[in-house]
Amino acid sequence: MNSSLYISLIPLLPLVTFVLLGLFGRKYFNSISGIIATFSLGFSCLLSISIAYQYFFHSERVNGVLQQIIPVKFTWLQFSPGLSIDMGIVLDPLSAMMLVVITFISLMVHIFSLGYMKGEARFATYYAFLSLFTFSMLGLVMSTNIFQMYMFWELVGVSSFLLIGYYFEKPSAVAAAKKAFIVTRFADLGFLIGILILSFHAQTLDFQTLITRLTDPQSAQYLSITAGSLLGVSMLTWGLVLVFIGGAGKSAMFPLHIWLPDAMEGPTPVSALIHAATMVVAGVYLVARLFPIFVFDSAALTVVTYVGAFSALLAAIIACTQTDIKRVLAYSTMSQIGFMMFALGVSGHGGEEGLGYMASMFHLFTHAFFKSLLFLGAGAVIHLVHSNEMIDMGGLRKHMPITHITFLIACLAISGIPPFAGFFSKEEILTAAFHANKVVFFIALFTSGLTAFYMFRLYFSIFWRGEVHLHGEHHGEGTLSMKIPLIILGVLALIAGFVPFSQLITSDGIALETHVDLLFSLTPVAMAVIGILIAIRLYKTENNRSDGVASAFGGFYHASYKKFYVDEVYLFITKKIIFNFIGRPVAWFDKNIIDELMNQSAAITAAVSENIKGLQSGKVQGYAMYFFWGILGLSALFIYLFN
Amino acid sequence: MILNDFFIFMKQELMLLFIIFLLLLIKVGKDRSNESLLYLINLLLLINVIAGFILPGEGSLFSDMFRTNPLIALEKNMLNIGTLIISMQSYSWLKSHKHLLEFYILMISTLLGMFYMISSGNLLMFYLGLELSSIPLAALVNFDLEKKASSEAAMKFILSSAFSSGLLLFGVSLIYGTTGSLAYAEITSHLSTDPLQIFAFVLFLAGFAFKISAVPFHFWTADVYEGAPVAITSYLSVISKGAVLFVFVSVLYTVFKPLADVWYGMLFVLSISTIIIGNLFAIRQDNFKRFLAFSSIAQVGFILVGISGSSSMGTAAVIYFVLIYIFSNLGAFGVVSIVSSLTGKERISDYKSFYKTNPFLSWILTIALFSLAGVPPAAGFFGKFFLLIAGAEKGNYLLISIAALNMIVSFYYYLRIVKSVFMEPNESPIESLTIPLISKVALYICLLGIVILGLWSVVYDYIFTLSPIF
Repeated sequence: MNSSLYISLIPLLPLVTFVLLGLFGRKYFNSISGIIATFSLGFSCLLSISIAYQYFFHSERVNGVLQQIIPVKFTWLQFSPGLSIDMGIVLDPLSAMMLVVITFISLMVHIFSLGYMKGEARFATYYAFLSLFTFSMLGLVMSTNIFQMYMFWELVGVSSFLLIGYYFEKPSAVAAAKKAFIVTRFADLGFLIGILILSFHAQTLDFQTLITRLTDPQSAQYLSITAGSLLGVSMLTWGLVLVFIGGAGKSAMFPLHIWLPDAMEGPTPVSALIHAATMVVAGVYLVARLFPIFVFDSAALTVVTYVGAFSALLAAIIACTQTDIKRVLAYSTMSQIGFMMFALGVSGHGGEEGLGYMASMFHLFTHAFFKSLLFLGAGAVIHLVHSNEMIDMGGLRKHMPITHITFLIACLAISGIPPFAGFFSKEEILTAAFHANKVVFFIALFTSGLTAFYMFRLYFSIFWRGEVHLHGEHHGEGTLSMKIPLIILGVLALIAGFVPFSQLITSDGIALETHVDLLFSLTPVAMAVIGILIAIRLYKTENNRSDGVASAFGGFYHASYKKFYVDEVYLFITKKIIFNFIGRPVAWFDKNIIDELMNQSAAITAAVSENIKGLQSGKVQGYAMYFFWGILGLSALFIYLFN
Repeated sequence: MILNDFFIFMKQELMLLFIIFLLLLIKVGKDRSNESLLYLINLLLLINVIAGFILPGEGSLFSDMFRTNPLIALEKNMLNIGTLIISMQSYSWLKSHKHLLEFYILMISTLLGMFYMISSGNLLMFYLGLELSSIPLAALVNFDLEKKASSEAAMKFILSSAFSSGLLLFGVSLIYGTTGSLAYAEITSHLSTDPLQIFAFVLFLAGFAFKISAVPFHFWTADVYEGAPVAITSYLSVISKGAVLFVFVSVLYTVFKPLADVWYGMLFVLSISTIIIGNLFAIRQDNFKRFLAFSSIAQVGFILVGISGSSSMGTAAVIYFVLIYIFSNLGAFGVVSIVSSLTGKERISDYKSFYKTNPFLSWILTIALFSLAGVPPAAGFFGKFFLLIAGAEKGNYLLISIAALNMIVSFYYYLRIVKSVFMEPNESPIESLTIPLISKVALYICLLGIVILGLWSVVYDYIFTLSPIF
């Protein structure tokens, strides 16, 4: 495949756009910079799709396995004879899929922003940042070695910082950007130490070599890394868990998720790009990249499983209590990524065992479409009503029919209703969990029900209940450029589930036969339907929904209503129990304890710093004394130690 | 000794001497305008930099008192470059200074002292170099002649300096007493973990620690940095520190090799305390120079982590980091220097909304601070990364973890400044400044250094091939 030029163009185009727009955009072509960026990315997206198509369907399979191709690779820095940092591009099923997802979603966001961000003074800057982000995200997934990935990982952090803080006149946006940056830095620190540990023992940074060396129980490197241990845990587990912490930070897994809801301060299309489809799944991608090693270490994999499952549940519960529509979506993202994580956690390697891996990647793929659709839809809504609060919305279905329909499709998809995309991938995840770990399975099942509930709560609150009073002049549903991405993504959310995913991306590369087991699907679908029904009951109309029905059916309705106490039970469970006893405390805990813990550590540092300033008195004689004590202390200590 | 060798090996020192004499001659001659003198001197320094790269020799003079090799020549060149940049950045400050020539004569003398120190093969030579590099510095610290703070800083500097050299000399005499020699090569074979020798070594180490401001020998730093003219502050924090670090690395790895276990432990203690104290103090500073003083203390802590690896990578990682540090720190100092000389403002809170009025300086400052903080892809990240890798080779994860954790703390305070510059409102921001061309060029050089050194691996490779392997 003579495609090294084309494949290099995929990340280079956004980079060139960034440089061009960053340097000259604002001065010379502010108003058309959006078009330039969109065209450049469109080309990049076309290239990705055609390369992925070529790769999946027309490249050679050896023993049924798609071969990894490294079209570009050069040594960038030679550390020592054995250890070097390379720069390169890798093409394998995983990266090919990610290329398509990233460029495609990014393209949709670019198009959507043409209308959404119209008239911004810093229009060109916005597109420059978008291009930079896309470039770094592409670089991240194409990395051939873990260090290269780390660099792009940081670059993704920096560019998302710029995007979240785009409205830098707003203090909350600035605070959010800073929070996101610092929290993920903490996680990245884990990642860096993890890289140091793994590469120190494996003597390589290259993914392929790393995997080969650390999964061969006979290799010297494997023996070295398992021989060392700290606090009773082997260095391999430490390394992997630390790397996972890095992933958990970017993917907003508990307890490193606190930056995600605040990050919603950025422009909404940015949230669609960063917080739905690309950056937040980087952690999942990282674990998937190193999956062969994770499989080898059950302790690390267990951590992945439970962190994932817990995050999924926690986020779903919190999502039920939020009234800011973007925050609902943010928590929903966290919950769905939890699904992907624990799917990896319960997976084995190869054959039927590897179902979880395939399911996780499948969910990553479908989730990208429907979640970015939800965010863009939310963007369109916010654009119209100028508020993020549910209370300011309602009855919008008449005002924005296209947004309404596409949003509904996305809600059905995320709830896992067949035949929408989310159904297929969630089904695989649940099957994998069912076979591997019953606890996780029940958590997941319950979470699916919750997912359907809060998504439809959101849907009905925006589009049905009540009637919003739009202020005099408004610009309707938005420009054509805002509608087109919604329609395209809506169609994809409908059909993406039919992609023969198990033929393309599996843990060992060999195509996997999967089939939808109708009996098995019954339970999760039923859970989702129940969730939706509750939402309909509670949120479809403002109140008194039963009035009309009650008068028509007279006493019968009243009797059945009183007899079954269905609503009371529903209300009690959802409003009283979930809201007050679980949701509120969990949200409170999240806000006050977890957030506070992070704030406190900063405060303590500041306090210590305040208290030791007395040492720096400005008196030279004092300095000389400390100097002298330093010498005496060091001498005494080391003379004692060495004699 | 052949005369030829003398000229080849001492080429860089002779260049400096030549410049010093030339300046003295100009001094006796007729008066010239400061502008023309500054252009002439900067030209001379530029020639000095270029000449330094030509034909680095390898050998020794005066029965091993003085020695040189390509690595030492490279180290001296780095200092030459740094001095040139500082000189260019100080243009607007020096333009109106009455004692311009004295300033350069003193500064180049200290540089000469550093060169002799780096090339020393004998403790006596080392001590002479050290003194030559510190005494004129005290006069330089006092160079804002009309400012009281400047005199106070000079007084503190000379007192602390004298105190530390006294103790260092005491250490040297103890070493001489117990080993019977002052030549590096002979000392090594007579060293052991004898209590007296450990004590002597601690005294010696404290002398170094004083110069590089490692905690608890750092107290003079903040006061002196704050009081001294910005040009001298940056000279102290970059050039003077860099020179001592070069000697420190080579002396520890060669002369004091028999005490490796001892100094490894000491560096462990020093690096942890230095990083932590440096960071804690840096967080709450409002004076920009003081802030940079403490942040540079923390940076030294990272260098000590790298040195404690005592591996094949140690030397290369330290030299590479110092090189990056020269550009990053001078980038930041350059902006502070220009702003301070044109407006007299030196507080961080003065820099609020700096971006609105001075976008160019703001970007340079931001990139320099990002590099100091170690945010990839700025060069500073690679520098720190190599230091950590070198430090990790002993497998001391505790040290690495503490160092890495402190990297995060440092992000906080560097980011805080960037935030002020770009985002915080200010009713009376610093006005839009016209930067002299020559200072602008210096800032571009720093910028180029920060970008290129990280991404262009040839530089590190070159340093690595020159570095001796222990």
